[in-house]
Amino acid sequence: MKLRETLATLGTFGLSRDGAERVVPSTGATAWLTTLTAAAMAFLAVFALALSLAAGRMADRWSDELARSSTVRISAPAEQMEARVRAVMEVLTTTPGIASARLIDETEQRALLEPWFGPDLPVDALPLPRLVEVIETGARYDSEGLRLRLAAEAPGAVLDDHTRWRRPLVQAAERLRALGLASVLLIGGAVAGMVTLAATAALAANARVIAVLRLVGARDVYIARGFVRRFTRRAGLGAALGTAVGMAAVAALPGGEAATGAFLTGLAFEGAEWLWPIAIPPFAALVAFAATRAAAIRMLRGIT
Amino acid sequence: MIELEQASFSYGGGDILSELSLHLAPGTFHFLTGPSGSGKSTLLKLCFMELQPTRGQARIFGQDVRQMDRDEVARARRRIGIGHQDCQFIDHLSIAENVALPLEVSGQDTSAAEADLRELLGWVGLSGQTAQLPPELSGGERQRAALARAVIMSPDVVLADEPTGNVDWEMAQRLLALLVELNRMGKTVLVATHDLNLIRVAKAQVSARVLRIVRGRLQAAGADL
Ligand SMILES: Nc1ncnc2c1ncn2[C@@H]1O[C@H](COP(=O)(O)OP(=O)(O)OP(=O)(O)O)[C@@H](O)[C@H]1O
Ligand SMILES: [Mg+2]
Repeated sequence: MKLRETLATLGTFGLSRDGAERVVPSTGATAWLTTLTAAAMAFLAVFALALSLAAGRMADRWSDELARSSTVRISAPAEQMEARVRAVMEVLTTTPGIASARLIDETEQRALLEPWFGPDLPVDALPLPRLVEVIETGARYDSEGLRLRLAAEAPGAVLDDHTRWRRPLVQAAERLRALGLASVLLIGGAVAGMVTLAATAALAANARVIAVLRLVGARDVYIARGFVRRFTRRAGLGAALGTAVGMAAVAALPGGEAATGAFLTGLAFEGAEWLWPIAIPPFAALVAFAATRAAAIRMLRGIT
Repeated sequence: MIELEQASFSYGGGDILSELSLHLAPGTFHFLTGPSGSGKSTLLKLCFMELQPTRGQARIFGQDVRQMDRDEVARARRRIGIGHQDCQFIDHLSIAENVALPLEVSGQDTSAAEADLRELLGWVGLSGQTAQLPPELSGGERQRAALARAVIMSPDVVLADEPTGNVDWEMAQRLLALLVELNRMGKTVLVATHDLNLIRVAKAQVSARVLRIVRGRLQAAGADL
């Protein structure tokens, strides 16, 4: 009998492949909201990242310059120079906040002057001041106190620390870097919240479908899968779009001489930094995956 | 397979079922009758773990229903096919997809035997409706689809709630033949029905026990059936 054969083989087949997603009806217009929101968030995240990286670059460069920002210039008649230098070094090595002090020797000094006076400058014949490079510790030294001590113990020695005014800028740049990173994390949190709300609404709207799936023996993970896949894809797709637009916008910003450190023209990704924004879409997808899964499992546990 | 022991059930008011015992041994065929509102559908839902007895015990495949976690319930349900009186479909999926849903959710491999699905739908007279949506079907057509879905996994137990309530006599006999055939293959079958003619015809084909719900308890029906 044909019926018996049919029934005997029935237990062995199914219908479509990605069924888990098919069985949960898509919610039309609101579906686009998830994609759209994810795109907007990703766009913002690109700028937050660019801001953070640019601020970080600036902080690094400035603090590097700052570390070598001070020099002591020693002018003295040739026969007193030796003693004066010794006195200055004595003062510098006993000043708290100074990591090291280094006398710049004549060859180096000649190299420093070469761009201005050419290679044939007779350094020995000129009454040039000697220079001492001062490297600070993180603790910083008291420049007013140092100036007074130098004046007292080594007249003719002048402390030049004119780039120190940048110190607050370095701090601001460092804080900006942290704020940029915090913004990226907050955006991630906002995506998680948004996806949780959307997924919860979708689950609630599909209570009947879920009930039927339960009747035919669907496990929670199967039911959750339909929602999880959909929201992961929407968030990932939206984030990819937003990231692409954001990266294009950053790339299109008018660039500037990097060395000038001008902040506005420095808002860009350099070299390997381009990998950071590329991580945004997978990150968004991951966040959506985790948020939807948690929401689905939590809700399904509530419905029996 | 399915055992209810001194099981009582109430929806909150008085007991619908009181201290009722039911043993469905493997390979048996049972009919369940009783007046409308006597609790037939309720009893089937107890057997399907949709409801739990308010007192007493329900054991499905040897497991106490109260001890089962959600995954265990899902796994047990894959071994039980149920056709509800109100059918319960997913309205945006076609009839064919609804009927194949138990296979889908249990993660079985696809494609292999669409021919068998078509054969089954043909047997219950739905060849022409496979692509239609559940709301587009008549009451009788939906019932037939529900029965097809109940048996598609070739489950160990088939529970059918009024499977022939809205169909003509000829179709009722075809549906009965399906259940009888499953029973001959060794499946356990429980059919809730008002249709005494159906029971008579069935008893000529298989040895079926007829149970009647009277005031919340089960009685063996008289010899006239
Ligand atoms: N969800 C529910 N909440 C409250 N009461 C219910 C619920 N479902 C059923 N009942 C009540 O329980 C009793 C038994 O219902 P049930 O559906 O089991 O009867 P039945 O024997 O299947 O009837 P029928 O032959 O009409 O299908 C009825 O009085 C009904 O009103
Ligand atoms: Mg009923």
